[in-house]
Amino acid sequence: MSIRRPAVDDLQPKNFIFNKINTKKIDKILSNYPKEKKASALLPLLDLAQRQHDNWVPTAAMKCISDILSVPLIKVLEVATFYTMFNLEPVGKNLLQVCTTTPCWLRGSDDIVSTCKNKLGIDFGETSKDNNFTLLEVECLGACSNAPMVQINDDFYEDLNKDSMLKIIEDLQKGNKPKPGPQSKRLGSEPINIKAKLK
Amino acid sequence: MMVKLFVDEKEIEVEEGSTVMQACEKTGAEIPRFCFHERLSIAGNCRMCLVALEGSPKPIASCAMPASEGMKVVTNSDSVKAAREGVMEFLLINHPLDCPICDQGGECDLQDQALFYGRGNTRYEESKRSVDNKPFGPLIKTTMTRCIHCTRCVRFMDEVAGVHELGAIGRGEDMEIITNSPSGLGGELSGNIIDLCPVGALTSAPYAFKARPWELSKTNSIDTLDALGSSIQIGSKNGQVLRVLPRLNEDINEEWLADKSRFAIDGLLNQRLDIPYKRNSKGKLEPCSWEEAFQIMTKVMNSLNPNEMASIVGGQACLESIVALKDVMDSLNVVNIDSRPILSKLPINKKERSGWLFNPKISGIEEIDNLLIIGSQPRYEAALLDARIRKAWLENNIQIARIGGGDQSSYPINELGNDADIIDKIFKGKHNYNKILDNSYKTLFLIGESVLNRKDGAGILGRIREIAKKYNNYTDDWNGIGVLHTEANRVGALEAGFVPGKNGFDTKGIIEGMKTKQIKLVWLLGYDEEITEKQSESFVIYQGHHGDKGAEFADLILPGSAYTEKNATYINTEGRVQRTYAAVPPPGNAKEDWKIIRAFSEYIGKTLPYNNIEQLRNRFERINKTFIAENSVIKSEVCDIGDTKIRLNKSEIKPLEINYFMTCPISRSSETMAKCSIAKNKLGI
Repeated sequence: MSIRRPAVDDLQPKNFIFNKINTKKIDKILSNYPKEKKASALLPLLDLAQRQHDNWVPTAAMKCISDILSVPLIKVLEVATFYTMFNLEPVGKNLLQVCTTTPCWLRGSDDIVSTCKNKLGIDFGETSKDNNFTLLEVECLGACSNAPMVQINDDFYEDLNKDSMLKIIEDLQKGNKPKPGPQSKRLGSEPINIKAKLK
Repeated sequence: MMVKLFVDEKEIEVEEGSTVMQACEKTGAEIPRFCFHERLSIAGNCRMCLVALEGSPKPIASCAMPASEGMKVVTNSDSVKAAREGVMEFLLINHPLDCPICDQGGECDLQDQALFYGRGNTRYEESKRSVDNKPFGPLIKTTMTRCIHCTRCVRFMDEVAGVHELGAIGRGEDMEIITNSPSGLGGELSGNIIDLCPVGALTSAPYAFKARPWELSKTNSIDTLDALGSSIQIGSKNGQVLRVLPRLNEDINEEWLADKSRFAIDGLLNQRLDIPYKRNSKGKLEPCSWEEAFQIMTKVMNSLNPNEMASIVGGQACLESIVALKDVMDSLNVVNIDSRPILSKLPINKKERSGWLFNPKISGIEEIDNLLIIGSQPRYEAALLDARIRKAWLENNIQIARIGGGDQSSYPINELGNDADIIDKIFKGKHNYNKILDNSYKTLFLIGESVLNRKDGAGILGRIREIAKKYNNYTDDWNGIGVLHTEANRVGALEAGFVPGKNGFDTKGIIEGMKTKQIKLVWLLGYDEEITEKQSESFVIYQGHHGDKGAEFADLILPGSAYTEKNATYINTEGRVQRTYAAVPPPGNAKEDWKIIRAFSEYIGKTLPYNNIEQLRNRFERINKTFIAENSVIKSEVCDIGDTKIRLNKSEIKPLEINYFMTCPISRSSETMAKCSIAKNKLGI
């Protein structure tokens, strides 16, 4: 896991404001919580900011959120730097998060990692020159029954092997969106060979 | 409700809601800890307080586990020992072995606990992490590589100080304590995180590398830089005060100390008056002997009528010197004496002491449900009182309103406006605020010094008395009127009766008298307020410890002692009688103040009837019996203070303009305080 700190000043935009659609969404999110506990909306708002701002959260957005929620900026910073789901630096259009925790590793995540690295020509934590891909190594994402797996933006791609991983990357390079979920023939996480039945 | 549990097979009863740690401590079992602190919220992140619990497969963090009926806790088994050793080993993985160059050495929790609960050796061979130091301002030196992430500093600033500028960012090994304010921490209490830090990550910047804790002589004393009189411990070495730490005193400062009281001590070394001075024929000050100084004084005084002489005492003068000076003035029949600030309308009759005491007491703030601040910024005037208000707001959700405005503080304030008229409206029951008063059962009316410095000060005081009476807040059980002074011994001077005698001039009269040549001699005892013009005709004697505003235009300077250099009595704003104890001798030829006055009295042929401090303090008994007993509190009676007949004038109520870091000769001479003042301007808050 890389050190999680806000991006350097050169990369930071000066201002950030939520767009109209998101402002409406914020009202809806805030209505989920009692008024005096509106700080609870911190995570959803950070997520919203990230989605609006090319998949990363600049400091200006944190400031904006701290104003909306009346939470000190430092508290927003604490949360944003804690959760790995928030990107604090610019990332490529497709954020590839490869799980290398034990179950995935046992099922061959090393192959997936090398495939990604070779195909994209980048290492962990780097972004390809065309700004299309960022590669990250992550800890368990909770899809162990379909190991090995990769998360690309919001979607899980599971039951991977070298070939399916290559195909996914190629699809993405062409601008297509490959079908998320298990890349094997099975449905969800059903057994591969014996279809067991409840007796 | 009590719950019964067993700690190391000893049965113990604790109140429901107590933690396992508290139960263990009650049996005398010692539990090591870093992150836990009685006055902060529970974090449970250092894991040092692990104990075994029957039925639990893993050891538990005793600071965060509520005690419940029938628990069987073990604190001394091999598994507990192993668990603590494991935690300690992890804590030490990234902690540098730099104790020889660390200021915390000798009073370091980590050092002590590593000795008692750690393994004797290390198995760690990889490289340690290092962390950048952070800009915590001119008071706090950081060595963040030493940080063990207990987060006490973060919790203190958030909870007690109410300054949300510290945070722990990142996670796991990358966690760091940072501040998002580049020129240091804000607020007036940040120095306390130095005491809270269990390791050497946060140490005192001005005290860096000055001394080891075992080299310091420690003197328990009280602070005199604000009117609270916080309990302090003075650490000195080679005749120099090197640091000041708070002592526990639930009635006043709990276990905190305001930054000025802690860090202004370097001012005790600068600008000191260490030898008597006289003004020579060329108008320059030149050193002289005590004998010469007293002879000059005697000569001038003998040539004057009593009504041509005057005396003003400042807020930091001790009770001993005030009483001695008053005795001298009385024996010379001088009635032009005062201890109140210029224009002050503070009552002078001792029966009306309700009008100058902080009657509800500092700890009384925790009993109230409503607070009305009038013309005061407690944040600057008494920082720890402000912390109490915040505590009361957090715990009891008190309502706080203010007339007169001022800077924001760490609690929400309902600003009623600045017009004196508002008080009149509330007095007449015609203001919205009357509804709030109706609905609260205990209100504190906090009156700032600025209010009583107004021409209509007595009128405001009278109206507030009536308002308090009307809402049952001015009774023998609960006197809700609290006058917040800014000076350590203003109450002492009023109690000693250092106020104009019959037909005598007050401070304003004396200063004007100097201009109109009615007053030909004035004796200033630690009075360092601005007297703008140089009074060429009148003879000014300045007695004090610093070459500050008062000494500037003096014709004769008598060097006295600061609060760290004398055994002296001070009475704080709530009327608590407390004593300072000498930690170091006064510099050069300077003397204890009362002794100067006593010695002079002999020259003028009015020898004061006391030869040592005991005899002088016995003299106190005739003024007020309470003065003799340390830590006793002067009681006030409920009476008609102020005067409702005085019409309020139209000018706005404004709190005193205070630069918190520079309020007295000591803090004005302090380099550290000057740096803080600059940092605060940069911060802009």
